[in-house]
Amino acid sequence: MPINPPFVGSIESPAASSTSKQVGSEFYIPFPISRCQSLKLRLSKVMFPRGADIRLVSSHPEVYEPCDDSFALVDALLADRGNLLNHQARFCMEIGCGSGYIITSLAIILGKENSGIHYFTSDINPYATRVTQRTLDAHGVHAEIINTDIASGLQKRLVGMMDVIVVNPPYVPTPEEEVSCEGITASWAGGYNGRTVIDRILPVVDELLSDSGWLYMVTLTANNPSEICLLMRKRGFASRIVVQRSTEEESLHVIKFWREGVDDVKDGNITSSLGTWFGTK
Amino acid sequence: MRLLTHNMLSSNVKGVVNGFPLRLEASTWVEKEVDFNADFLRSVFPKIDWPALFGASQTVGYVALPESADASMLESEDFLKKFHHALLEIHVEEGALVCPETGRRFPINKGIPNMLLNEDEV
Repeated sequence: MPINPPFVGSIESPAASSTSKQVGSEFYIPFPISRCQSLKLRLSKVMFPRGADIRLVSSHPEVYEPCDDSFALVDALLADRGNLLNHQARFCMEIGCGSGYIITSLAIILGKENSGIHYFTSDINPYATRVTQRTLDAHGVHAEIINTDIASGLQKRLVGMMDVIVVNPPYVPTPEEEVSCEGITASWAGGYNGRTVIDRILPVVDELLSDSGWLYMVTLTANNPSEICLLMRKRGFASRIVVQRSTEEESLHVIKFWREGVDDVKDGNITSSLGTWFGTK
Repeated sequence: MRLLTHNMLSSNVKGVVNGFPLRLEASTWVEKEVDFNADFLRSVFPKIDWPALFGASQTVGYVALPESADASMLESEDFLKKFHHALLEIHVEEGALVCPETGRRFPINKGIPNMLLNEDEV
């Protein structure tokens, strides 16, 4: 069982962060490293300054620990913080909470329940739900956690209720059969082009998001993000990249989606929706 | 699991038509204070299935909720306090959610409901 060295800090703006931390170095893999696992690990070993530090109080060999994709998503939330705070969200959700790093960060950024915001989160991995509970508790924030596949069981009743959804999906291109594996494999195995789970998540997000709701999702270049944006465009969503991180081999894009005809910028200077970012491949 | 969440969960077993509400069985629950926010309660009220909330609150021994409710009651601080308590302050730690159509049990452990289906139920 790996011991995670705790790192204590507070939410900072990305520019101000001066600490970077190698993560994944004590990541225990009980199986031989496959191509997909090593890809996600390689991404995690690149040092990037992080915008938010959450103290990890618990870990489990079957639970994905925060890596640069997690940090990129939180940095995107921080970058969009002004809009998010003006958004006056009521219900927020993370699909695939893992260690709880992102949902905890989101709750700290947006505020606790005295502001009238309520958080839900789900993970298909029961160990992840327990680690997430501990991470939330350690930071004095609450989210309702459900052990389920994406939002199964919640979909019918939560239709049109989510104002913010965040997802760091299993995006690594893998053989299709790895997608149905249990445990930590579920955190990265994305099948062909890494899109198998993403393509199941997007229709659910369309159902759950309110009219003014926003989705923030991590993608790789390998996922063909312009095609994702096109698919979302057909569902009536505009999109833009909020954060991009590149290594020699790959680029991470955190994309924000919102329903066209509704503004995604809420700073009092109303601009028309920015439209689909990806015009060409 | 709060009763708010219970109010948002339905049976996801394949082919089920009447999967809501799930019948609540609770063997262990705790009460945790949550900051009162009247605006939130008024805005969420239209989404709440009141009979489901009433039934669940009875199960955990909170009998102060009226059996039926309408929006006019949202003017009453007393009603809001009871609504707040039932919706947000009762946490079911151990128990189960039972599909009304198939009887399928979804366990609740350590406050987390498990809605994972077996292959034949998907």
